[in-house]
Amino acid sequence: MDPLRIISMLVVAAGAFFLLVGSVGIIRLPDFYARTHATSKSDTLGLMLVLAGLAIYEGFDLNSVKLLLVLVFVVLTNPVGAHALALAAQKFGLRPTFAGEPRDAGAAELVDAVAANQEEEEEEEEEEEEGS
Amino acid sequence: MGREFVYVAVILTIIIIIPFYRVVKGPTLFDRLLGVGAIGTKTLVLICLVGFVYGRIDMFIDITLAYAVLNFIGNIAIAKYFIHPRADSEGSP
Amino acid sequence: MHWEFELVILVFLLAAAIVALRSKDLLAAVVTLSVYSFMAALICAVMGAVDVGFTEAVVGAGITGVLFIVAIYQTERKSVD
Repeated sequence: MDPLRIISMLVVAAGAFFLLVGSVGIIRLPDFYARTHATSKSDTLGLMLVLAGLAIYEGFDLNSVKLLLVLVFVVLTNPVGAHALALAAQKFGLRPTFAGEPRDAGAAELVDAVAANQEEEEEEEEEEEEGS
Repeated sequence: MGREFVYVAVILTIIIIIPFYRVVKGPTLFDRLLGVGAIGTKTLVLICLVGFVYGRIDMFIDITLAYAVLNFIGNIAIAKYFIHPRADSEGSP
Repeated sequence: MHWEFELVILVFLLAAAIVALRSKDLLAAVVTLSVYSFMAALICAVMGAVDVGFTEAVVGAGITGVLFIVAIYQTERKSVD
């Protein structure tokens, strides 16, 4: 096992650790906006480390150039995707959960608001049927 | 050739299942989308590792590239759907 | 040595399919379906059928997901059955 392989194994293991951190972050964090941090940051870092470790393992080759290409692409687009989601959620009316509130308080409000909105529409449809 | 990556790949397969809990449980649709994004990123890494375990990396690397692009496009397509909803859409999350 | 991958991913595939079937909100079902096609492509890749995995990835996660969203965009969000 020459040193190059050992280094790449360590880097890949570190990457896997950060992917685990990202997954735990998605489950444990209290609110949607907090969870976007988990996916956009620690997942990207985990992926970077794993791909860098594989590129080191591959040595100087066309494949390692492709690996680095994937790495650069994901590093650029992953945060943008998470940001687009957060913007869509914010525009949709999802209120972030503030300190001291139970988990996902904002989401609960949004779900109730939409359920209420749903019932109003059903009542309007019924009135139209009675009217017509 | 890349035999020692099998252990990391097996661990990663288990790590993929954790965001699926968020996809199932997520109160709003946005949490589910986040879970899918996370699963997509991890699938990306898993395919690369499997490629190394099998030793034929040059085929698997193309799938990884396609996956990276598709995951991003899918994410943006759904997010855009929510930013400009139709005027009369009831828009339940 | 590789059967663990397939076992774990197949169980995951089954779970994704069941969740997609049971969810009332159509968009959530579409999202879970894209997870399903991710896993199907992954299984094909793990089993060595690389081009099949490639096509499944392009069709499942890419085109089908977006097509379903456009369809839902035009019609109802809740399944009425």
